[in-house]
Amino acid sequence: MSDIKLPIYLDYSATTPIDPRVAAKMAECLTIEGNFGNPASRSHSFGWTAEAAVDRARQQVADLINADPREIVWTSGATESDNLAIKGAAHFYRKKGNHIITMKTEHKAVLDTCRQLEREGFDVTYLDPRENGLLDLETLKAATTDQTILISIMHANNEIGVIQDIEAIGEFAREKRIIFHVDAAQSTGKVDIDLEKLKVDLMSFCAHKSYGPKGVGALYVRRKPRVRLEAQMHGGGHERGMRSGTLATHQIVGMGEAFQIAREEMATENERIRMLRDRLYNGLNTMEEVYVNGDLDHRIAGNLNISFNFVEGESLIMALRDLAVSSGSACTSASLEPSYVLRALGRNDELAHSSIRFTIGRFTSAEEIDYTVELVRAAVKKLRDLSPLWDMYKDGIDLNSVEWVAH
Amino acid sequence: MAYSEKVLDHYENPRNVGVLEDDRSVGTGMVGAPACGDVMKLQIKVNGDGIIEDAKFKTYGCGSAIASSSLVTEWVKGKSLDEAAEIKNTQIAEELALPPVKIHCSVLAEDAIAAAIDNYRNKNQ
Ligand SMILES: Cc1ncc(COP(=O)(O)O)c(C=O)c1O
Repeated sequence: MSDIKLPIYLDYSATTPIDPRVAAKMAECLTIEGNFGNPASRSHSFGWTAEAAVDRARQQVADLINADPREIVWTSGATESDNLAIKGAAHFYRKKGNHIITMKTEHKAVLDTCRQLEREGFDVTYLDPRENGLLDLETLKAATTDQTILISIMHANNEIGVIQDIEAIGEFAREKRIIFHVDAAQSTGKVDIDLEKLKVDLMSFCAHKSYGPKGVGALYVRRKPRVRLEAQMHGGGHERGMRSGTLATHQIVGMGEAFQIAREEMATENERIRMLRDRLYNGLNTMEEVYVNGDLDHRIAGNLNISFNFVEGESLIMALRDLAVSSGSACTSASLEPSYVLRALGRNDELAHSSIRFTIGRFTSAEEIDYTVELVRAAVKKLRDLSPLWDMYKDGIDLNSVEWVAH
Repeated sequence: MAYSEKVLDHYENPRNVGVLEDDRSVGTGMVGAPACGDVMKLQIKVNGDGIIEDAKFKTYGCGSAIASSSLVTEWVKGKSLDEAAEIKNTQIAEELALPPVKIHCSVLAEDAIAAAIDNYRNKNQ
């Protein structure tokens, strides 16, 4: 254990390091010796070679999701892709209706975009998930009206890792001729995506959750049947007018390379990561009063989101200073609210506060997992030994029956 | 969140953690609520001369809440009930260099002392 480097990075859903193979390709697109030209320059070879690199990356991204490269629009990341998809479609199809459906557990990039559309006069329905984080198709059907023009449901959830049934949702949306957008920022390289089969109209991606660079993403815009968007960024008319701005060759090349590696290695990689996740889960699950948040089966391999009852979240994070993990605790968020995703699952405040999200990735080792298990077990034990709530639980007292003297 | 040395010290090595056997010489105060993120339980053992001769705590809460309760167990020992009741949250906050968002932890610790004293006095009136 002595050669483990601390802190241990277990926050791969926040971002990933760039794969060294990706970084090497990116470095070729920066300096005077490299491929630095503007891909939009038509009058010289600097522009042509840059354009060729961008085209190759477009193909690499399209290949991972079984799409046509002409369906890929480069953006600055999943936030921009979500904004372009949702605002772009809502504005374009406004004359058809003004109702949008999404879910309470979406990323803020979707939720806040929908809030903005509400201010512009759209009606938005925010669906509750079931207790396991998954959407019940019947709930979606019941919320749909003849005014519904857009459904936005994410693929893999960033906090709890659950995978929504976008195949079934897509069938329903297509049948009702409603545009279907999917935020797939967390699923590339983790879940198979076949857009020939899936009836998804718009899909958001970013590179930095899949070992590519931050600051680049893509939006898939279906050609058949054709989906139209109103541009949100105006300028030189790049990306068929849908997103103006000089293409960042090095970023785009990085995303392409990362997605190619994802396609080639995802099967073996996910198997390895799942083994590590199960090792972590089995190491922690033998403790009393621990709760996994979100469905364990319909879940990306690298995610374990787990709550430790009778332990306060911030003190737990303090005890886990040697781990880089995320917490659902209010104290670690800017908003001072516990995780809205866990609240939407119906978790009470205490369990939401004491949740830890472990996300495992390409560079995680079994030794790191074993070390993590020891550390977490010791921390939880220490804090429970300190906890009056734990004593009460052990004495068989129902904490809900206690009259607390709140301050 | 950056913690002061003293908070870290009390958090790493909390003083007087535990439970006192409940009898007439022991006063118990429990304040806070799980939904608010902190619950403190403070117990004092009072001798025949009215002096607090022992104190124990258990706390569910953040590092600052744990440190605040650990600190007051040290402070109340050797004091009379009236002296202990004089301990103010501002003294606790100052000693531990609590940031403004954590002042409520010191308030809770002051409340815990008052609740323990009340409980002792109710038992012994
Ligand atoms: C599900 C989801 N959507 C959108 C985003 C935003 O991505 P980006 O940081 O590339 O804008 C993230 C990442 O934080 C995410 O996890």
